[in-house]
Amino acid sequence: MIPFNILVAVCLIYVILLFVIAFAAERRARLGRVGWLRSPMVYTLSLSIYCTAWTFYGAVGYAARSGLEFATIYLGPTIVFIGWWVVLRKLVRIGRAQRVTSIADLISSRFGKSNLLGVVVTVIAVVAATPYIALQLQSVTLSFGVFASGAPEGWALPEGNGTALWVAGGLAVFTILFGTRNLDANERHHGVVMAIAVEAVVKLLALLIVGVYAVWGVADGIGDVAARIAASPIADWPLQPGRWIGLTFLAGAAVLTLPRMFQVMVVENADERHLATASWAFPLYLMLMSLFVVPIAVIGLSVLPEGSNPDLFVLTLPLAAGQEKLATLAFLGGFSSATSMVIVAAIALATMVSNHVVTPLWLSLRQGGARAPGDVRGLVLMSRRLSIAGILALGYAYYSLSGGSAALAAIGLISFAGVAQILPVMLGGIFWRGATGRGAALGLTVGFVVWIYTLYLPSFGPGGLLSGALLDRGPFGFGWLRPQALFGIEGLDPLLHAVFWSLSLNTFTFVFVSLLSFPNPLERMQGLAFVNVYDHGPGPRGWSRGGAEAEDLLIMAQGILGAAEAQEFFQAEAAAQGKADFLPETTPDFIDKLERRLAGAVGAATAHAMIAQFAVGAAVSAQDLMAVASEAQQILEYSAQLEAKSEEVARTARQLSEANEKLRDLSVQKDAFLSQISHELRTPMTSIRAFSEILMDPDLPGEMQQKYAEIIHEETIRLTRLLDDLLDLSVLENRKVQLNIKVANLHDLLDRAVQAASNTRPERTFTYHRDLPTEHIPIITDTDRLVQVFINLISNARKYCDAERPELTILVRKRGGRITVDFIDNGSGIPKTAQRLIFEKFARLTDTQRAGGAGLGLAICREIMVNLGGTISYLPGQGGAAFRVALPSRPESRKEAEG
Amino acid sequence: MGRQVLLIEDEPHIAEAIRYVLARDGWEVRHHGDGGDAMEVIRQVGPDVLVLDVMLPGRSGYEILQDLRRDPALAALPVLVLTARGVQHGPEGATRVMAKPFANADVVSAVNAIAGRGEAAE
Repeated sequence: MIPFNILVAVCLIYVILLFVIAFAAERRARLGRVGWLRSPMVYTLSLSIYCTAWTFYGAVGYAARSGLEFATIYLGPTIVFIGWWVVLRKLVRIGRAQRVTSIADLISSRFGKSNLLGVVVTVIAVVAATPYIALQLQSVTLSFGVFASGAPEGWALPEGNGTALWVAGGLAVFTILFGTRNLDANERHHGVVMAIAVEAVVKLLALLIVGVYAVWGVADGIGDVAARIAASPIADWPLQPGRWIGLTFLAGAAVLTLPRMFQVMVVENADERHLATASWAFPLYLMLMSLFVVPIAVIGLSVLPEGSNPDLFVLTLPLAAGQEKLATLAFLGGFSSATSMVIVAAIALATMVSNHVVTPLWLSLRQGGARAPGDVRGLVLMSRRLSIAGILALGYAYYSLSGGSAALAAIGLISFAGVAQILPVMLGGIFWRGATGRGAALGLTVGFVVWIYTLYLPSFGPGGLLSGALLDRGPFGFGWLRPQALFGIEGLDPLLHAVFWSLSLNTFTFVFVSLLSFPNPLERMQGLAFVNVYDHGPGPRGWSRGGAEAEDLLIMAQGILGAAEAQEFFQAEAAAQGKADFLPETTPDFIDKLERRLAGAVGAATAHAMIAQFAVGAAVSAQDLMAVASEAQQILEYSAQLEAKSEEVARTARQLSEANEKLRDLSVQKDAFLSQISHELRTPMTSIRAFSEILMDPDLPGEMQQKYAEIIHEETIRLTRLLDDLLDLSVLENRKVQLNIKVANLHDLLDRAVQAASNTRPERTFTYHRDLPTEHIPIITDTDRLVQVFINLISNARKYCDAERPELTILVRKRGGRITVDFIDNGSGIPKTAQRLIFEKFARLTDTQRAGGAGLGLAICREIMVNLGGTISYLPGQGGAAFRVALPSRPESRKEAEG
Repeated sequence: MGRQVLLIEDEPHIAEAIRYVLARDGWEVRHHGDGGDAMEVIRQVGPDVLVLDVMLPGRSGYEILQDLRRDPALAALPVLVLTARGVQHGPEGATRVMAKPFANADVVSAVNAIAGRGEAAE
């Protein structure tokens, strides 16, 4: 026999191996080399956490007891996946658009970001998961036991409860280390997903190898097995259509609503298209998993002694034949089925508990609320760790209470029925605009209570949590309230009975209350965003421009996302708005994006509550309400309309006064501009007039004549250039410019600009730093205009850079569809006060002679960039003068850049 | 002697033209191109007449004029202000204002006229 210590060592080595895999995967992901980490195959394999230890051991036991009925457990998910287009695709799309972190978050977000619903779903999920986790503990404990029994001496198995406790503790530690090492704002766990994919392969291989051994090692090949099947009682099991349909439905519902399935299927989904692969690959995996179930069951029944536990045939069959290595492999398969399920389930549940229970509670109890959230990350991590420990403790408690005796399959089905209570609300939420939060909350509660009463509590057996008398005669003698025969309907299978009543009452309450109640505006908007997720982008905005200070928001976001991540996000947003510093304008768009980002870390309800603290006067805007109202056939409540109207009036007034102010500014600007033009035109005219008068003097010496004629010529050119620039500017400003769109390589454009600028101060040596490989980017734009901007910036650097050895660094970057080109010189830069002025007309910082232009260059550049759908801005803090040109790599339909 | 004019003008071509026509008329012309240190140069040179441009780097002609009039030693200095922005609101304290572009002969006669008046006032 294999000594206990070695078995434990094998487990530990296996776990360490998983750790290494997870660690390597996370490292790769951090370096940005996601690549195959996020392939459809890895996605499909990660879905295999559907197959837990229950499937691994229990399916054989199930087959031995009830024949082919075990196949329903695979049939349900298969149907759901083959029909992925209907439900799964929509779930994944919504999950990504709304950055959903868990199934509780999905429901909460759909019904107006209601935290109450988040709590209800969390409670259901935790309670329903408890038997399931107990099941994993039981199967691992049993499998340890198998190795112990028949051991002559050496090691006796510690009694069952002791082993289960050790297993629970070990899994808790393992999960905490695995899943909560850091708080990922995206709630994506590359490492965990990779480890699970590996476990999927291990358990499949283990089961297949044991199956092959059973068929060809123990029996005499396929013919023999077929004969044994025909002779065994399995063939005689009558097909019960009710149970078949009921169980298939239940398994299909569970694959959608199990928190761990939701985690891998929706939250961890990297690409919607992976579903298309999974739609055939996952059913194939399930088929392979079930391929040898019947043969192993039949051979086990015929070979092993009467009374052997069929749940453990996968282990006992090789052990009985002395195949210890094979048995160890089978043991590892079961172990990995259990661990992967527990890890993902615990992570998913812990996310829900921390996002929907702990964080909101903490925020409401804290002085100052979300305004000064401090280190939310620490809190979230700690609460997730404690939740994981708590969830495993609950699983252990269930295991101890239920005596660890029930057959594996029966326990699993109790869980399935529990989470299936979420199904009506989930489907209603994504397909029915009329579903309301009140209906959802009541429906869920009713279903949950009925499930507890008819299935969960009785599962502990008579004399467990419900007395035998109550089970037989109902509470207080009310016979029609008997847990397993509600309303006097007897003779129904207890499981079907519970599923039927809980789901019907649940659905009925949900629909009925929804029809009677009105959704609030936020609910209505979220409903629209969910049901019409394919037509709408991210959904209508929830915020109006309010008093939110970007800096406050940044401080809050740092507490949740971590400093580096929050800063990067803010800076990217600021850059997208054309601002060069860290703080973007708090536009509704930006606040909305921030909320979704935060929702990815702490859930929609909490994120919404936190943002609401800052976005003063934030309400659903009138336009959004109108959009919702026009689409919905329902009546917009009178009060909401009034509120919206008064808000709109206030906004119109604000806009008017803004417009007024703008007009006044414009008039002042126009005067200043005319005065500037006058000056710029009169200056060259003065020289021309004065020297032409001098030239009229017949006594003027020849060389003076020559010299003065040259001055006149020079000034005429200057005048012409000024007029050209003014004309150019006026065309650009009126947006009447004809863009000549061409495809080009950015590198060639830069080359052209550098070449053309080389006649500016050609006497100085001027060094360029360019990273040529990064410059080879195709770009579709008005290339001549873009080159004009580049020439201007390069000439300016050549002209004004005051370093002893002037240098210019040109940096090209491509982010998404946008290209940025930075021009950074090593001079003393532009003083802060002047940075805002330089893009204004005639803003010349030095004297005219050195500039040689009219001070319109950068103003023209700015107008060109606006016409090209891009921006030009000054980048402070780069050492020298630095300019950033940003533009889309292809023309956008957008009319004007925001900000 | 005593016919020295200081020209403060940042446009080199304009300065050269004025210098030429005034020199031809017998003036000794000193030129300075920056507004920032113009006051020091004026005190140091001590001209008989000042020709002052309005748009100067460093400091505007208006500001220089204000300082001049506040300084007792320079309050009576005759100043011809040249402006490229029209003369509708001529600066306080200028002896005469002239718009650019100008006729060369007008500059010469203006300088002569204010120089004479300045002497007479003394």
